Amino acid sequence: MIHVPLLRWGTPHFSLDKDEVVHFDTGEPIAEVSRALPGVVRRDMRKARRAREALREIPCGELVKMAQNAARLFMSETLPVGESAQTPADFVRQQSATTGLPEHMCRKNMEKISFVLVQIEHILDSLTRGLDLDILTAGYGTDGAGRLLSYQAQTDVLGMVLPSNSPGVHTLWMPVIPMQIGIVLKPGPQEPWTPYRMAQAMFQSGVPKEAISFYPGGADVGAVVLESCGLTMLFGSQATVDAHAGNPKVQVHGPGYSKILIGDDRVDDWRDYLDLMETSVLLNSGRSCINCSAIWVSRHGREIAEALAERLARVRPLAPEDPEAPLAAFTVPGVAEAVSAAIDRDLESPGAEDCTAGKRSGSRAISREHCSYLLPTVIYCQSPEHPIAKKEFMFPFVNVVECPQDEMPANIGPTLVGTGITQDPVFRRTLLDCPSIDRLNLGPVPTTQLDWLQPHEGNIVEYLYHARAFQSVAAA
Amino acid sequence: MPDSLDAKISAAKAALDAQVRAIVAWHFDPATGCPFWLDYAREKLDWDPRDAVGGFEDLKKFPLFEDEWLRGGPVRRWVPKGLADKPVYVFETGGTTGTPKSRISINDFRDDYSEFSKTLADEYFPPGADWLQFGPTGPRRLRLAVEHLAQVRGGICFSIDLDPRWVVKLLKRGDVQEAERYRQHCIDQAVTILEAHPNIRCLFATPKLLEGLCDRVSLKKYGITGVFCGGTEMTPEFHRMAREELLEGAYFAATYGNTLMGLACHKPFDPADNYAIIYYPPQPRAVLEVCDADDLNRPVPYGATGRTVLTTLTREFFMPRFPERDMCEREAPIDLYPWDGVRNVRPFQDKKTGPVTVGVY
Repeated sequence: MIHVPLLRWGTPHFSLDKDEVVHFDTGEPIAEVSRALPGVVRRDMRKARRAREALREIPCGELVKMAQNAARLFMSETLPVGESAQTPADFVRQQSATTGLPEHMCRKNMEKISFVLVQIEHILDSLTRGLDLDILTAGYGTDGAGRLLSYQAQTDVLGMVLPSNSPGVHTLWMPVIPMQIGIVLKPGPQEPWTPYRMAQAMFQSGVPKEAISFYPGGADVGAVVLESCGLTMLFGSQATVDAHAGNPKVQVHGPGYSKILIGDDRVDDWRDYLDLMETSVLLNSGRSCINCSAIWVSRHGREIAEALAERLARVRPLAPEDPEAPLAAFTVPGVAEAVSAAIDRDLESPGAEDCTAGKRSGSRAISREHCSYLLPTVIYCQSPEHPIAKKEFMFPFVNVVECPQDEMPANIGPTLVGTGITQDPVFRRTLLDCPSIDRLNLGPVPTTQLDWLQPHEGNIVEYLYHARAFQSVAAA
Repeated sequence: MPDSLDAKISAAKAALDAQVRAIVAWHFDPATGCPFWLDYAREKLDWDPRDAVGGFEDLKKFPLFEDEWLRGGPVRRWVPKGLADKPVYVFETGGTTGTPKSRISINDFRDDYSEFSKTLADEYFPPGADWLQFGPTGPRRLRLAVEHLAQVRGGICFSIDLDPRWVVKLLKRGDVQEAERYRQHCIDQAVTILEAHPNIRCLFATPKLLEGLCDRVSLKKYGITGVFCGGTEMTPEFHRMAREELLEGAYFAATYGNTLMGLACHKPFDPADNYAIIYYPPQPRAVLEVCDADDLNRPVPYGATGRTVLTTLTREFFMPRFPERDMCEREAPIDLYPWDGVRNVRPFQDKKTGPVTVGVY
């Protein structure tokens, strides 16, 4: 059986403590994954400085080329996984088997990650506003206009405590190595595949092994990554977000609560946007933080919910190999059933209704021997005050919320991606100024359609490097 | 199996059956037994254990021991009348929330650690050297037991202050940073003691605290030559890390004990065991069976995984067939310990149990 080892600054370490990961549908063992000890992470982090030193010996431009080559290897070459070999097709099968994502979605995520790496030069150029990356290496330098600039790295390594829900999140750490910062990866329990394969692709492209560590394990390992790395990106639930609020060492990525807001000037034409709504809710089986979990309108809420429910109620689980499979499975026993029960409890309060329930037979949750599915669910909410109006779940779930347009900005709450469909200049201005919205799309852009040249939940360059004052005078 | 081992196994079994008869006779004799068992026999049994129990297998005539019986008072119901004039200790286990389990003890903990002392090599645990007890304190057996071990070997035992229940509370409410501060507070205390008392050569530490201490200081620099490690779950990977990365040549004695059983002895290190943690209970004073989790009367085959069922058989405490919240693999007898052992003990988990909160130590 495949054994996925730790990578202790690039060196494989086959732990005697292992977790078995199984196929979500058949229960068949797929691989053993080494389990890191928190103490191992702590000891390794004593060498974190070496990660940055090794990367600084290579110009950023060279690292960019290595990253681009890694994209090619990641997509198309056979790479080692422990002492076994992994083709791209093996990767897709294995990732699907343990995460519950259909294989075609795994392929799409693979392409997305590869695309980001291929475009990394442009992405860095955009995120740094055209900064000469050698200034990051030297710590200071002059720009094209002769201005003296200085940037200070805030950490030698960036910790990444990763989730299992969607491999797309790995795009977020792709710019880190080319910026000469080491990376410490703590993968989600069902998704060791992408970070391990990407690390191998980078090593084969010439990235120094001592720049990347990989520590699968339990929550205690994640906690030590947080404690030991100068900065960490952490993915988790709203409770995780709340627990780390205000900690400058940790950038927390929780639920996205991404939304579509239709202005009063366009809402009577809501039928024109049903495709956009469906895509925003259903793509990637609704697992991403950029999936739409609420549609806010001032009127036609029930009609929109009914029409969307008509489309989504037809969606059924298909075999993971099926190229049309629309839904990912829940691989942890009992989770889907518990989520479904939580939704039903919320719906006991008057003022909200599951519009999909009457359009299909059977329950929202489908329980199988080794996994479960949740069928797409569209809720009509009469007002933002209803307990379910601001809920988000890890499957195609959307609330259609009725709210007067001028009350939307104050009521929508945190919104990772906000698509505002309006030509009304006042409402457009309001959305531009709304502090609750992170990524703003003006016009009919699906929430799931990202422009990779734009920052995501903060600019990673500004997270890793601080601009500072700097003067240097030669000694007399 | 060689004949000599077979013979030893038979002898150990005979000794165990004899111990069972003696202990049952003691605890169910109105002149010497404890109120709990005397009342139990009178109210719940229509047979006399002194007549019906002829050996270890006959203990299955009792229902499984229930841990609820150990929660709350009066604790004196556990004190045998035959020992009523002796000074009594009470040790607790658990208790982060609710009433902890209590076990009375008079001299058992000293007997266990005196026996264990015989397994420690003088080369690494020098007679006359002082010890640091770097583990939980308060109403736990461990602190006094390690102190006794040090004294048996002619040393003095230093100790830190550690309240594990507070740490479990912190972790259960998600206050990881405060728990980490408490861990560092414990390590600070240990470092202060090591700096101030150069005659300390021997260390007891739980796995997590050992790792934390080695993260801060070099044991070699402080002259530590022997480490006795236990108190919580220890995995093979931790065992390997301890030997390869933490100890800098100090001897590593991995041990498993608990308030209800006493102290098990570790199988001497053998590379063929691939760092598995293998213990043998202090038979005939205590017996560990590894049983099918769905049928606790059925031992699993050697090498298979099961739930541990503990029996304690001393004049101070009789506890027949208590299903512990641990799982492990069943280990075959060896020459040194010709009875069943356990491999890689860890918290029992199945689909019905939730995750286990493991504290600072």
